[in-house]
Amino acid sequence: MKHLHQVGFFAGTVIAASFAASVSTADTPFPSTYKAPSHAPTLITNATVLTGTGERLETASLYFVDGKIVSVGESPKELTSDTRIIDAQGSWVTPGIIDVHSHLGVYPSPGVDAHSDGNEATAPVTAEVWAEHSVWPQDPGFGRALAGGITAMQILPGSANLFGGRGVTLKNVASVTYQGMKFPDAPYGLKMACGENPKRVYGRKGSGPSTRMGNIAGYRAAWIKATDYRDEHAKYMALSDEEKKEAQKPKRDLRLETLAGVLDGDIIIHMHCYRADEMMTILDLAREFDYKVGTFHHGVEAYKISNELAENGVCGALWADWWGFKMEAYDGIQENIALVDRPEDSCSVVHSDSDEGIQRLNQEAAKAMSRGNKVGMDIAPERAIKWITSNAAKSLGIDDQTGSLRTGLMADVVIWSGNPFSVYAKANQVFIDGVERYNRDDPTLQPVSDFELGQLLEVSQ
Amino acid sequence: MKKMTVLLALAAGLQGINASADSLRINNATIMTMGSMGTLEAADILIEDGEITAIGSDLSEDADRVIDANGAIITPAMFAGATTTGLVEVNAVRESVDSSVSETPLNKLHVEFDVRRAYSPLSSLHAITRTEGFGYTLLAATGGQYSIAGVGSLVDFDGGFDSFSGDDTIFIDVDGYASRKVGGSRAAHWMLLEGAMADLDGRASEQEYLTQAGRDVLKRLKSDGVFVFAANRAADIKQVIGFADEHDINAVIVGAREAWMLADELADSDIAVMVNGLDNLPADFDSLGSRLDNAALLSNAGVTVMFTSDETHNARKIRQGAGTAVAYGMDYDLALQAMTTTPAEVFGSRSRALAVGNSADLVVWSGDPLEVTSYATAVVIEGELTSMESRQSKLLERYLPENAGMGRAYINR
Repeated sequence: MKHLHQVGFFAGTVIAASFAASVSTADTPFPSTYKAPSHAPTLITNATVLTGTGERLETASLYFVDGKIVSVGESPKELTSDTRIIDAQGSWVTPGIIDVHSHLGVYPSPGVDAHSDGNEATAPVTAEVWAEHSVWPQDPGFGRALAGGITAMQILPGSANLFGGRGVTLKNVASVTYQGMKFPDAPYGLKMACGENPKRVYGRKGSGPSTRMGNIAGYRAAWIKATDYRDEHAKYMALSDEEKKEAQKPKRDLRLETLAGVLDGDIIIHMHCYRADEMMTILDLAREFDYKVGTFHHGVEAYKISNELAENGVCGALWADWWGFKMEAYDGIQENIALVDRPEDSCSVVHSDSDEGIQRLNQEAAKAMSRGNKVGMDIAPERAIKWITSNAAKSLGIDDQTGSLRTGLMADVVIWSGNPFSVYAKANQVFIDGVERYNRDDPTLQPVSDFELGQLLEVSQ
Repeated sequence: MKKMTVLLALAAGLQGINASADSLRINNATIMTMGSMGTLEAADILIEDGEITAIGSDLSEDADRVIDANGAIITPAMFAGATTTGLVEVNAVRESVDSSVSETPLNKLHVEFDVRRAYSPLSSLHAITRTEGFGYTLLAATGGQYSIAGVGSLVDFDGGFDSFSGDDTIFIDVDGYASRKVGGSRAAHWMLLEGAMADLDGRASEQEYLTQAGRDVLKRLKSDGVFVFAANRAADIKQVIGFADEHDINAVIVGAREAWMLADELADSDIAVMVNGLDNLPADFDSLGSRLDNAALLSNAGVTVMFTSDETHNARKIRQGAGTAVAYGMDYDLALQAMTTTPAEVFGSRSRALAVGNSADLVVWSGDPLEVTSYATAVVIEGELTSMESRQSKLLERYLPENAGMGRAYINR
């Protein structure tokens, strides 16, 4: 939590805290209804375990009870009689895979116009929209991603706008509602976008921005309003009850409320940005308005500024090999992820932005690892797995809850058929909060969306 | 960092575009010939004047250049799928894209639109794709005003301006997405295509579907060319089978997500398919039956299967699709054939197998050629050891050193 005295004329943590409670997360609308069902205490034995903290344990065990990891490495001395024991001989075990950039649900399958709900491309600043209100929980992509070991993901609005709206972090559990998937207490993200997309969309509309300098002016104008809004609300909240009766209560504005949440440090910035020079401009912008950029997404040129990203504590959520589809993606190289990972205190993340890529983030990480090793960087699987687990959790602000196999964290776990850094590896079993949500050998543990139910019944499969 | 020095030194040693040598011998390799010799362990291969002149153990012939492969796998150079390599530099830079024509002055089916007229072998994509182990691609026309996108063919990544190879190939969209281009119903694709065939025979008196140039091209295609139909839905694939039979044409289906439902019919009709091994979502109502074992089901039924990645810049991703097809049940050798020799056979080009007398187009791999962690360590095209430099390798060299000295702009070796 960032304190107000750094940015406004009100001082003190108490004010900041009360303000955050009343403005940024006002009454927590659309609350999560997700509750993990109970499960038997589970002991996985004889596995090669990548902990997500940088360690690799051979012939190791993982024990979880009531949705939480109890021990990693050695088996517990005593087990209750109801314990499920899974001999994972030959298998590899990793934390659940996390994708920080997905449009599942907002650009679902089938990709018909009626489902195109990811870009509120009507104005360059739409911080007031929330991606969760577009999520179609019946997107078959969720189940496909589960079969690839995805246990949590952030669903983001698209990149048409300077401020695209709030993202939401979901557990990858089948549910009739998105509230039933919503990761409890995960911070919100705010999608912002640099470069070609906003200037193309609004340049064509003739309304602007139509240039990169127009983009920056648009961000600055919005942050100026947000700062005033935040200060006005904070000032009101600092009044005594008596004074409040006399004062005019400031009006609520959804757009500015989200931006104020960023200024308060409650909402994490996820910034779509390709070019190195633009990312550095954005870091200056963040300094001007005293907020933090959490993660640059796509960052095809992030390797050019890997030290600066690490120094500023910013994650880079990147592709293994995409390039060339537009001018700002022209300098993509396959060593990007490994180079961003190289500095101390770096935060390299492999993201998908794709309903295909999210099904095999392990392979995307494998490609990036291999390219790093090819040029002498000596990246072991136990390090590379962080790109799709603990570093991803850090990007989403949930690393104290999931993303690594540590005592007390959520039992979000994948059992792989072998070394997951291979095209032949498959996620055989996937656990979310200790509950087995997917089993490759058991059709009763393979979720099917309502949409796919009863399709092609005449075809013998 | 020692390893890096060695690798860079190796790269430097292989430098120079198409490092010329009259003869080249690669020793001690696992040679997957994809031909009658099968796979040979600890084998050598000799290349002279662009041709393979010997394959076997302990070849004794002298060569200008000898490379020890240390047991690495060698395969024929790979097929990059149906791409627009050489027809595009940046997708979103319109003037750099030449793969499609959407508006022409005449309202005709432009069979004579030939993308090879726009082809350049000097795009940055060529080296970026070739250095990943790819020797050729199916140069495709895309889009189009109506159902017909245009004509292309195989092209070799040998740097030539006119390195086209094999049969003339026409690209035709008959799927649901393309129906909006023909008035709203996919049935109109067949209305137009039947019209074109009637026009060719002089039976279309009221409406001329084709230009005279188009008639000439279509006549040639009918006897010697390949018709590539983009279709995913089983019912559309069934229409392709019927059309190909009725007009006695050589058809290939690209996309083919629901082709597994018609595997036996496709095998009987000798219609090959080109699939993306990563497709498994109901992306639209044409693809409800999309599944990862599509390639396996088809090849097990005897259908000739090839791969494509739906990518041009990232065409190298096609290996991941082939590997995934193997992970979901496709025979490994058939998948590797699909990635190397099969497309040349289907599209009428020279044999790509590693055999004496064949052009030497081959790749030395760091590991299993279908594995995502593997990469090409050397690429030989028409007997020449090609440069492993690309615009991307140059960017890497510029940003890999931790100390930039005068600044990155001065790292320009």
